[in-house]
Amino acid sequence: MSASSVFPQLEQLLPRVSKPIQYVGGELGAVVKDWDATTVRWALMYPDAYEVGLPNQGVQILYEVLNEQPDVLAERTYAVWPDLEALMREHGVPQFTVDAHRPVRAFDVLGLSFATELGYTNMFTALDLAGIPPESKDRTVDDPIVLAGGHASFNPEPIADFIDAAVLGDGEEAVLEITGIIREWKAEGCPGGRDEILLRLARTESIYVPRFYDVDYLPDGRIQRVVPNRPDVPFRVAKRTTMDLDAWPYPKKPLVPLAETVHERYAVEIFRGCTRGCRFCQAGMITRPVRERSITTVGQMVREGLEFSGFNEVGLLSLSSADHSEIGDMCSGLAEQYAGTNVSLSLPSTRVDAFNIDLAQELSKNGRRTGLTFAPEGGSERIRKVINKMVTEEDLIRTVVTAYSSGWRQVKLYFMCGLPTETDDDVLQIARMAHEVIKAGRVAAGTKDIRCTVSIGGFVPKPHTPFQWAKMERPEVIDARLKMLKQEINSDRSLGRAIGYRYHDGEPSLIEGLLSRGDRRVGAVIRRVWEKGGRFDGWSEHFSYARWVEAAAEVLPAFGVDLDWFTTREREQAEVLPWDHLDSGLDKDWLWQDWQDSVSEYEQDDCRWTPCFDCGVCPSMDTEIQIGPTGKKLLPLTPVNNLRIPA
Amino acid sequence: MQRIRIRYAKRGPLRFTSHRDFARAFERALRRAAAPVAFSQGFHPHPKISYASAAPTGVGSEAEYLEIGLQAEVDPEQLRLALDAALSPGLDVLETVVAGEGSLADRIDASRWRIELTGVDPAVAEAAVKSFVDAEEVLVERMTKQGRRSFDARSAVTHIAVTEQSDLPSGADGAPCAIIDLVVRLVTPAVRPDDVLSGLRVVAGLEPPVPSRVTRLAQGTLTAQGEIADPLEADRLAAHPG
Repeated sequence: MSASSVFPQLEQLLPRVSKPIQYVGGELGAVVKDWDATTVRWALMYPDAYEVGLPNQGVQILYEVLNEQPDVLAERTYAVWPDLEALMREHGVPQFTVDAHRPVRAFDVLGLSFATELGYTNMFTALDLAGIPPESKDRTVDDPIVLAGGHASFNPEPIADFIDAAVLGDGEEAVLEITGIIREWKAEGCPGGRDEILLRLARTESIYVPRFYDVDYLPDGRIQRVVPNRPDVPFRVAKRTTMDLDAWPYPKKPLVPLAETVHERYAVEIFRGCTRGCRFCQAGMITRPVRERSITTVGQMVREGLEFSGFNEVGLLSLSSADHSEIGDMCSGLAEQYAGTNVSLSLPSTRVDAFNIDLAQELSKNGRRTGLTFAPEGGSERIRKVINKMVTEEDLIRTVVTAYSSGWRQVKLYFMCGLPTETDDDVLQIARMAHEVIKAGRVAAGTKDIRCTVSIGGFVPKPHTPFQWAKMERPEVIDARLKMLKQEINSDRSLGRAIGYRYHDGEPSLIEGLLSRGDRRVGAVIRRVWEKGGRFDGWSEHFSYARWVEAAAEVLPAFGVDLDWFTTREREQAEVLPWDHLDSGLDKDWLWQDWQDSVSEYEQDDCRWTPCFDCGVCPSMDTEIQIGPTGKKLLPLTPVNNLRIPA
Repeated sequence: MQRIRIRYAKRGPLRFTSHRDFARAFERALRRAAAPVAFSQGFHPHPKISYASAAPTGVGSEAEYLEIGLQAEVDPEQLRLALDAALSPGLDVLETVVAGEGSLADRIDASRWRIELTGVDPAVAEAAVKSFVDAEEVLVERMTKQGRRSFDARSAVTHIAVTEQSDLPSGADGAPCAIIDLVVRLVTPAVRPDDVLSGLRVVAGLEPPVPSRVTRLAQGTLTAQGEIADPLEADRLAAHPG
């Protein structure tokens, strides 16, 4: 199909929608290439609004990696808001990329990055607007390969009928390998059509093509088995691991939007993976092992990223940034380099530890003080053992006392509700903890004028974690606990006044749970929800619980299962889980043992500092822990001003 | 402190940049260009940038103005080149001059706009313009921060005419296109080109079939002859006398 720009038609619609700038592209760092000069063309989609999707690291990295290839073109597309969607339908404007405004259907690959399952309905909007048949089986050689990535692709079964393939794990090398396979197939004149290219992808043993696998069910609704339906594809599909992050220093040229987005900063991943072993944390389980980026590469990326982008904020990202083996030197080195420049540095993910306050102090040297957030995750000592969040109450009090006495007036505490084995009392302990924080904080700060915010997230059991077998709590129970907690916080007026309380209702979490651990039968529910108008399910103002419940009730009984069966039901050890044929490297027996340890409140150490506990990842994926220290330091920068009038 | 006045354009697709979006992009451009910008004092120092009235989102402009304060003297042309390179194409820095006496705001009291009415027969537009000119007052409504508000769109307009179609209109595919040349004084509440278009609807029922494309061509002081005087002319003369 024609790849010419649809901007002339789109332009007529833009004056009639909110925030039109998000649809016009033109970002710094954006690349527009000559269509005909390239052979393999990717449309990369983050299936949420531009303001959320643009800052996404994964998409930015792949966009740059792909566009560095001379014969490859990558453009981006995002979910359009309902106001523009309606106009596009009325005027026949297809889903477009923001770079050159080309129709998405013209590309070879539509790569969707699913950070969360709540983006699934937006995928349907994009496919529909693009004119791509929603089901994989109905697509032809004229349609792009619809490829899923991101953390949700570790269980893509709920969208198995709608995607053509999925990649598990790190994408940097995967996109180049896929590009190579498509390049070769196209050069040969696309032999064998769509089945052939998908087969070639599946034969890599690390790209999952759902159509080559059949799912059989037992009479009671459980899965009997998932097996290949042809001899030449693997029984299990393995995740990808990019080793040596220093060899992949992306993004080098971050995208700098004109529109306002959720993060306006240069973000650099200081390491990937985490072995803290928090049992609820899917990211920590599926991204093992820990691979650090060296202090010198981080320093160079920050310098070049800031020069390129003009951002004045740097985020040092990872799953637990203070755990980098050279985090102290990294923070002090960067703070020194950017002293007096209005550049602010932040360390978003930190553990409950006074050492973090030192780091935060270091980073706020040039005046701008970033907020402090700590995540004890559980209110009681008992529940923290269940989730393997090894933080004692003394740790927390010591940490916040250091924060308040170092001049912070506010800290944020993050908890979860609905955790396995949780009782009312575990949740009420959050109030007691918050009260203690305020009491100790007032003494430390020498003033009553301090605050803390308690933020509660809903627990969602995720595939490839020890909690993959756990039952979810019903939304009514969650909501009742949250209400009780609120009363408990305010039971002491003086302390309660100093405590902010934020929480999410239980209902969206239950649906996220359905999508996270669902199998192929859930696909029909998602599609039904979309048909009923479901869009932007990650946004509370767009999410409708009733719509999901209704759609589930319409679709699932035919399979002899229901919403509860997928969410509030505990699984047994022998049950075949929908993602068992997808290999994250974690040994299922180890996960089960960790689940049993969890219930017995038995903790698990971190393998970076204690002996290997055989989670299975390194041997099965042929990877190893990569940590420093390198012993290197960051050197001072020399300021530049090329604009000065020569004396 | 050196003060520099800047004229810039919002062109093509980037005319959809809102003023807030532009302001953020411009601050980043100053940093990318390593311009020695001066900061305000206080707990949250802000770069010293002041803007003249900004064109509405979606309206193109060849004549937006701002002024910045610098800690060190720079060559204005070097600064222009560096800032222009640091901004996305479509946000174009056209002129930089060292600020002379007086304030920029005092030199801007009117704007000239070009309105392209694709799909509107010039004769129809001409008749609507005549009705508008003949009216003493044209009440239009617009949502403002204070809610829906009714005001006169007529009295601020000092010139409105359908121009000769000397150049091709945008999106020319044989459809007629009327082009309106419009001069409006800066008043409160501001009368914007879309208010004048509302006025044309009120007085003559003019309903363009597609959204009209508007460009601000000039800003400055309205002369006795009805022309708009370049607001940077005085600075240019002061910087390069003779």
